[in-house]
Amino acid sequence: MNDLYAKYIKKEALPTLFCPGCGNGIVQYAAIEAFEKLGIRNDTACVSGIGCSSWIPCYFKMDVMHTTHGRAIAFAEGLKIAQPDKNIVVFSGDGDCLAIGGNHLLHACARNIDITVIMINNMIYGMTGGQKSPATPTGAKTHTSPYGAADVPMKGSELAMTIGASYVARWTTAHPVQLEKAIEEGIKHKGFSFIEVLSQCPVQAGKNVFKEKDPVKIMEMFKEQTYVWHEGDPEQPGKTKIGLLKKDDDAIEYIDRVNNVLRENGIER
Amino acid sequence: MESLQKKEKTAVLQGNEACSQGALYAGCRFFAGYPITPSTEIIEMMSGAMQAAGGHFIQMEDEIGSACAIIGARWGGVKSMTATSGPGYTLMQESIGYAAVTETPIVIVDVQRGGPSTGQPTLSSQQDIYQARYGSHGDYEIIVLAPSSVQEMYDFTIKAFELAERFRTPVILLSDEEIGHMREKVVLQPGTENIHEGKKKYVVSPQADFFQGAWTTVEGQLHDDEGKRIGHLPQKSGDFIENICSKITDHIDEISSVRTYQMEDADIAVLAYGSVARPAMNAINLARGIKDDRGATPFRFLKEIKKRGVGEALRTDYSKLKVGLIKVNSVWPFPDEQIREAAKNCSLVIVPEMNIGKYSREVERCLGGQGTKVVSMSKCGGDLHTPNEILDRILEEVKVDE
Amino acid sequence: MSKISIDKDCCKGCFICLTVCPKGIFKKTKKRNKYGTTMPEAVNTDECVQCRMCERMCPDGAINVEGGDNNEN
Repeated sequence: MNDLYAKYIKKEALPTLFCPGCGNGIVQYAAIEAFEKLGIRNDTACVSGIGCSSWIPCYFKMDVMHTTHGRAIAFAEGLKIAQPDKNIVVFSGDGDCLAIGGNHLLHACARNIDITVIMINNMIYGMTGGQKSPATPTGAKTHTSPYGAADVPMKGSELAMTIGASYVARWTTAHPVQLEKAIEEGIKHKGFSFIEVLSQCPVQAGKNVFKEKDPVKIMEMFKEQTYVWHEGDPEQPGKTKIGLLKKDDDAIEYIDRVNNVLRENGIER
Repeated sequence: MESLQKKEKTAVLQGNEACSQGALYAGCRFFAGYPITPSTEIIEMMSGAMQAAGGHFIQMEDEIGSACAIIGARWGGVKSMTATSGPGYTLMQESIGYAAVTETPIVIVDVQRGGPSTGQPTLSSQQDIYQARYGSHGDYEIIVLAPSSVQEMYDFTIKAFELAERFRTPVILLSDEEIGHMREKVVLQPGTENIHEGKKKYVVSPQADFFQGAWTTVEGQLHDDEGKRIGHLPQKSGDFIENICSKITDHIDEISSVRTYQMEDADIAVLAYGSVARPAMNAINLARGIKDDRGATPFRFLKEIKKRGVGEALRTDYSKLKVGLIKVNSVWPFPDEQIREAAKNCSLVIVPEMNIGKYSREVERCLGGQGTKVVSMSKCGGDLHTPNEILDRILEEVKVDE
Repeated sequence: MSKISIDKDCCKGCFICLTVCPKGIFKKTKKRNKYGTTMPEAVNTDECVQCRMCERMCPDGAINVEGGDNNEN
């Protein structure tokens, strides 16, 4: 077993419930690598909701809260406000974060509260067996869109940026080094950090959504269909931009804003 | 608002205000909420009070988020509470189940209004009595306290925090619009109390707060004492459910609070909880001919004359009725033993409720075995029972019996 | 020289490692992992440049690369 993996993962809980070739394991490794580099293991709590990707932190030898479907961000906000000096990292999927938890995401972004949300976007409801998610591409046949999905997929990163998240990055599982750096940066950033990870689901999304069942080929497809964007770069139509999409260091964080208001009223904390 | 006073003092407060004061005294330092009539005064007061007392407040996007946030905060080591009314309470059921399965001590105040759905925002009811007990899916036991005065709203809030910490369970303070908006004299305790109950053997889930290096896993699936999921193992899962239920049901004597009034010689009892216990007590006074010090009895007598005619009113000798009150403070877990003991000499128990007669079924189940006749006296619509209504019902039933 | 080990208790046989290694160190074998599917083996370990992409890309933490001065673990 990998040394870092052995240090952070509960051996007795193995095997992970991820299918062979699942992208969640890659995100899992990137996250523990980031925690290790920052040396924040005991000052960090991981919160997750329901879905395949929400199982990522459940194997961590850390403080972990595995909550109800869509509510991870709401739990995380309570935890953060109670312990403002600690780091809270939320692991969520596209269905968990954008569908059932959409309202919590909007408001946490708008507050710019200092938590880091890693949204693993595999464009499908994997755990329940392959139903359409808010991020499923138009036309994709799933168990709940047998004639092809009619909806236009939601863009999580763009949504978060627009509504007020001050750090937004998008990477794919084919970019593990950049992803790890983004998680590090997101945790260090004071404010709401939203990191979207395009991830392969070879089993449930494979054939119908990606037209490909091989995890390696899906990752190659991610590389082909995305381009690394830098501030000022022109947009490439038909491709998804990845990279650091927004970093606003001037945006004031929620708890700071609350404390500022209190200080103006003579209440020191 | 003065957050922490130095010595005991008496004040005239609204029930909702008393609840906030009680929470503050009990060491609550995190409040997440969403405004909803008729509980809004609690979130209004707590917003300022929490922050002035060094605690935290957040107005969440909905009641679902509020209930989640207080659970998150409690794992952050801060005692926490939220308050709502019927529609919001329905939204919170998901998290109440989560708090029950993860054994998280939280306090939720439900200031009941009339339902279903948006129902009657400004009028009172006791319609959430079953939702308080059975609201979330799955099997769990829960503690529910029902105050019937502003003082009790204050005292029971404190007790709710104590019980939540002791049994590591969500505790519901089931108030209603009458009590929430009523103003009464209340004695407030000085200072603040930090209830710590320590590790309890009957708790099956991990208990260590976060960020202590204990690597706590809080798991919404059925789990073992390390937080590892056991949901796929029938035997262990069954034991888990037994455990989280029996930690409450095995300690009913510690949790339950049943008060009696004039029950020493009573053969008829009125069993009530929450705001309805107030007119019920007045009905007992009327029946027993006990005059209260406000001099209202002559007035009532005049009304009686008007209603029944002089002759009939004079002939009615209420004081021969041996009626008493059984007031249930801890409505759930159902205090079987205590109610059976209190009603052991009664042939008739009348249960007035501001709903379609829900709790009376439990009472019937409890007392049916000892041959006591249980009569439900339901009243929907938002008005409290009047003492005379209850008295009339007693008379009616007695006549039927005789 | 690096010592590359693949834990057969962890490996689920997805073979992502085969394509991420720039030196093509991993090869398919008939060896079985704990789940009964085939698993790769590290050959030509002398070629390893310690980029550790295999460690990062293995979804199950099965691969460990030892040696070299780039050992950040």
